[in-house]
Amino acid sequence: MRLLIALLLLAFSPSLAAQSALPPAPWANRQIPDAAKEAKAKALMETIRCLTCQSQSIADSNASMAGDMRSQIRERIIAGEQPEAIRDWLVQRYGDWVSYEPTAAPILWPLWAAPLLLLAVGLFLVRRRIGGRKRS
Amino acid sequence: MRGWLIWTPFVLFLAFVGLFASGLFKPDDHVIHSRLVGQNLPAFALPPAASDRPGLTSAQVATGKPRLLNIFASWCVPCAAEAPQLMALRQAGVEIDAIAIRDARPDVDRFLARYGNPYARIGLDARSAVQIALGSSGVPESFVIDSKGRIAYQHIGDIRADDVPMILDRLKAAQ
Repeated sequence: MRLLIALLLLAFSPSLAAQSALPPAPWANRQIPDAAKEAKAKALMETIRCLTCQSQSIADSNASMAGDMRSQIRERIIAGEQPEAIRDWLVQRYGDWVSYEPTAAPILWPLWAAPLLLLAVGLFLVRRRIGGRKRS
Repeated sequence: MRGWLIWTPFVLFLAFVGLFASGLFKPDDHVIHSRLVGQNLPAFALPPAASDRPGLTSAQVATGKPRLLNIFASWCVPCAAEAPQLMALRQAGVEIDAIAIRDARPDVDRFLARYGNPYARIGLDARSAVQIALGSSGVPESFVIDSKGRIAYQHIGDIRADDVPMILDRLKAAQ
């Protein structure tokens, strides 16, 4: 019983629901009137990882910090900044981790090369098979 | 040649098993460290967050003396738990500035009246803009700023009683 009460208290403790009571930032949930700019901002927001709920993008998350990041991204796009510059600015602060978009960093070269390598191995095996059959 | 080739898929399989197992058994790490540690504090200017303390600009944190920059919010429960440690640091002569995240002045005033006010200045970051510029991802967090205005250390989460000597050492080292 005591355990149950403790669990209930934990479930409703404010720390788990700790979020600011302030209204969301101006551009957190409002689209940019210019459709082209909004599309740019949206594409970027879908590839930026939410710092609070770490398996969601900021476009999907309801965390207040994700809202603040969406607002900041929209404001910067309105001001004419390029999405990749904004991504770089965030990566400078939080590391590659914050971006869902894979980069061309050397550590990822094996990943990019893997499909080509597998295809080459496959072609090699097929050629050997066909070549072997012709000879027999 | 053939005997060697026939084992490659199995060896590859084992390599993948090893890779996935290492990922599975590695302890989970959700802590996001700022990449700005060792670099200059980004420039900012924030309005006051409390009625009896001035606001905060980045220039005021680089004063030739190491300072503690605390990021907190009145709605944040661990921040209340951290308050006694900040008071102890203030008593030890540490100069502490603060940034209140997504907060409102009456709420900050109430929070400080209840838990004590160890801060020299408090800036209001209503839309987390400075928090993001600092590479911080939550509240509370504390930054040790060295005498030249560089970020020397980032403490993620609340400062516990047994962290206080370590923070004091970091401040001394940031001279």
